Amino acid sequence: MELAGLGAYALFFLNLVGIYAIMALGLNMQWGMTGQFNIGIAGFFAVGAYTTAILTTGPSDNWLGGFNLPFLAGLVGSVLVCLPIAWAVGRITARLRTDYLAIATIGIAEIIRLFFLNEGWLSNGTRGIPGIQKPFGVGNGGYLLVVAAFVGLTWLAVEIARRSPWGRVLRAIRDNEPATAAAGKDIARFRLQAFVVGSCIMSLGGGLYAHFVGFVSPEAFRPLYGTFLVWVMLIAGGSGNNLGAMLGALVVWLIWSSTEMLAGLVPTALIGSESAFRVFLIGILLQIILVSRPQGLLPEKRPPMPGEHRR
Amino acid sequence: MIEFIQLLINGILLGSILALGAVGATMIFGVLRFAHFAHGDLMAIGAYFALTVVTVFNLPVLAALPVAMLLTAGLAVGIDQVVYRRIRRVQPVILLIASFATALVLRSFIQMVWGSSNEVYETGIQLPWRIGPLTLKPDHLLIFVAATVLVIGVHLFLTRTKMGKAMRAMSDNMNLALVTGIPADRVIMWTWAIGGALAAAAGVFLGMDTRLHPVMGWTLLLPIFAATILGGIGRPYGAILGGLVIGCAMELSTLIIPGSYKPAVAFAIMVVTLIFRPQGIIKGSV
Repeated sequence: MELAGLGAYALFFLNLVGIYAIMALGLNMQWGMTGQFNIGIAGFFAVGAYTTAILTTGPSDNWLGGFNLPFLAGLVGSVLVCLPIAWAVGRITARLRTDYLAIATIGIAEIIRLFFLNEGWLSNGTRGIPGIQKPFGVGNGGYLLVVAAFVGLTWLAVEIARRSPWGRVLRAIRDNEPATAAAGKDIARFRLQAFVVGSCIMSLGGGLYAHFVGFVSPEAFRPLYGTFLVWVMLIAGGSGNNLGAMLGALVVWLIWSSTEMLAGLVPTALIGSESAFRVFLIGILLQIILVSRPQGLLPEKRPPMPGEHRR
Repeated sequence: MIEFIQLLINGILLGSILALGAVGATMIFGVLRFAHFAHGDLMAIGAYFALTVVTVFNLPVLAALPVAMLLTAGLAVGIDQVVYRRIRRVQPVILLIASFATALVLRSFIQMVWGSSNEVYETGIQLPWRIGPLTLKPDHLLIFVAATVLVIGVHLFLTRTKMGKAMRAMSDNMNLALVTGIPADRVIMWTWAIGGALAAAAGVFLGMDTRLHPVMGWTLLLPIFAATILGGIGRPYGAILGGLVIGCAMELSTLIIPGSYKPAVAFAIMVVTLIFRPQGIIKGSV
């Protein structure tokens, strides 16, 4: 009984790790490779989750539903809806400096959340959209395979991108923008591409999240869960390193889950609110990582140049 | 028309609260070259410090204000010494992430100490003054006067004292300022202290105007940054102007669109500024 419970928890845990790993990979494309400081992850996460929720649920009077599309169509929809949004955001912000980009993206995330909160006809407002099915009638175990497949595919795609000439240009922009411009690269265009690809990966993560949890509401897309944890994951794992991003997702989600137990041990009178205490701990943890090991668990390694032999 | 004037009054009130926050944010931005994402939560914690003084010592809010400002200034300097100072030389973006983490730590700290429910400084209804068809709460006048006094204080500090001049010099041209022997570390400390104190004042006024809530500062962060950018980064006077413009625009927008989209209005102004005049109204230094 104990073991079965533990197993069920492990499945639940690993599913979420996988979903966060996908988002961390998307962020790595933007921040780790290109140096774009996007703290609006929650916005793209929400777009993905709501799109698939609307596309795959049955008819309802409370929200725009009734498309009854299959799971994969929902995910494709998530990416397709995210595409023009990310393009528009990227277009406005591609030329901005890091701090402006940060402010702009957090604004967009908040506005997307406000939009889903206020446009009840579309998203059922604060009450959210329930009853999003897992594909093929699988349980958490079967869904883990689906998530694992998507993590694998995403990792393969971003790793190929990282080693490609395209990835080299992105890193060159990050490390030395004037030199890259002097080499004749259209910086704004490359930045825009990286931003759109990264955001669509985040949207895909949002879609998978919606099908896993089965319910979406604006509450889930507050900056804390949507944005902050993903950032801690990438920084802790090692930005610029795709394996590091995934390792970070695992480690940070492990720590985040265990703070729940830790918060359970400390008397409530001392800490007031359990969830606040957890956020407090994770915030302190990030500060410690930033001060003591800013390169993360797995620091970035430069991929071999074409024709270069590894010794 | 009456509605317009009433909204304008509300807008100026919100604008003066935003201006106080934006002056601090813009000075930190100018001297330290990073957007301080914990500024809104610094406002919130200042408001809660004042709440403790009000409830424990049974004082009026205005008497608690200096205490809250002092405590928050100390807190801001403390956070800088413990966290930001150590990573200042690495990369400015690391500072951004760290300030994001600070924001969450402060907010959860508020929830742990004071709880997550709404709080007010004084219970009971304040009878508004009626001037013809317009209404004005005595608190509103108080906030406006106190904000004006603080802004004049900042002006005098920046133009009359050596430290204020050093601060402006560092904001204008960091390298030149350092070559002339300005004590950078002390200027940075003063910047945090003043930024923290003004943030606390903004938080207290916001709490007087509406209510206290752990996310009260976070929701104003975006308008504050919008005011900072609109006014020109590193320009305290621009920040005041930007704050007033954003505050009025946010309130007046409710004539046309639902009030829940107010933050979006601030954001739209910011985006338009970034596209057409990225240096802000008064040419920014960064």
